[in-house]
Amino acid sequence: MKIDRRKFLKLAGCTGIGLGLSATDMFKGTVEASSGHSAVSTAAVRHAMVIDVRKLQTAEDYQRIVDACNKIHNIPTLIPEKGNPKHEVKWIWNDTYGHSFPDQQNYYHPEAFKQKLFPLLCNHCDHPPCVRVCPTKATFKRPDGIVQQDMHRCIGCRFCMAACPYGSRSFNFVDPRPFIKDKNPEYPTRTMGVVEKCTFCSERLEKGEQPACAEASNGALVFGNLNDPESEVRKILKSNFSLQRKPELGTMPSVFYVIGGGEYAG
Amino acid sequence: MYNGGKIIAGLIIFIALVTFPFYTNMGKTFEKPADPTAAPDDLHIGDIPIGQMRAEHMMILDKWRDEVVRGGERFITYDGDQYEKSIQNGCLSCHSKQEFCGKCHNFAGVDPYCWDCHYSEEEGL
Repeated sequence: MKIDRRKFLKLAGCTGIGLGLSATDMFKGTVEASSGHSAVSTAAVRHAMVIDVRKLQTAEDYQRIVDACNKIHNIPTLIPEKGNPKHEVKWIWNDTYGHSFPDQQNYYHPEAFKQKLFPLLCNHCDHPPCVRVCPTKATFKRPDGIVQQDMHRCIGCRFCMAACPYGSRSFNFVDPRPFIKDKNPEYPTRTMGVVEKCTFCSERLEKGEQPACAEASNGALVFGNLNDPESEVRKILKSNFSLQRKPELGTMPSVFYVIGGGEYAG
Repeated sequence: MYNGGKIIAGLIIFIALVTFPFYTNMGKTFEKPADPTAAPDDLHIGDIPIGQMRAEHMMILDKWRDEVVRGGERFITYDGDQYEKSIQNGCLSCHSKQEFCGKCHNFAGVDPYCWDCHYSEEEGL
């Protein structure tokens, strides 16, 4: 078959338009996913935590919370001073304001406030970067907002640790079993080569219990449904000024901090 | 035949090696482990007959694992009784790891990696 120039140009034009249309369709999803600024979760349940640091005063107040979590989840105590600090495994831990909110600092914060510790844990983000990078879908977001880690599927690549802006994930560089002080026979340990993190005590929620840290905190850590306007967390957030960690990243954390004010003056 | 002696000697050594397991075990008897439970065949675990559980427990546990970890469905109900789909809080609350699981696993030379993380109170960590 012979094609003259006129016919060839017509066909080429049609092909070009067709390719262009299918390409825009193809990239639409990618652009939406990578912008990370789509709407906030509208699910019936989005688990969240409000941490009122005004209610945490003594060193025991902080330690009790960490100990409750460590015991219930068989978390090894690999003390940084004795070994490699990178071997430390932590689900909930404490750090200063400067380390917790590096982007929300002020030269003139009261000295007492700069020394104040903040309990830190996985933020169970609405747009979790760890979930987007996991090559095996070992970490995934549940419909109720919990970012869950499936140890059975984790291959230990540590992409999620690089992606998490909050340092909430720990890798088992060594067999954790010899370093578990108080073992809980109702919860498994982890094995060498997997990443672990806070699960918002999903196993306790399914039995109708509160997360271990909230239970041990004497009301300083309040757990609840962020998408229920009548829930306690929403009531606290409505009546108090609160902070989120690194909100500018668009991860939409589910952990909020009520920091108070006047009590640091002097 | 070129190099006949070497070939025949090699063949004899090869056959001796291949048949080694047969003639070393010849005449010996082996004891099959008794069924770890004397459970009757009409017993059920949930709605799963005991025979099926015995034959397919690895697939069933794998399915339960995904349901619990990824689906959050932690319990199964059968005849009004609630069972937890969990090694440590379910299976091991009645069965012994060594006596029940270990009996067949040790005989068959199976070393499942469940125990890398899940542990039994009787053995500790």
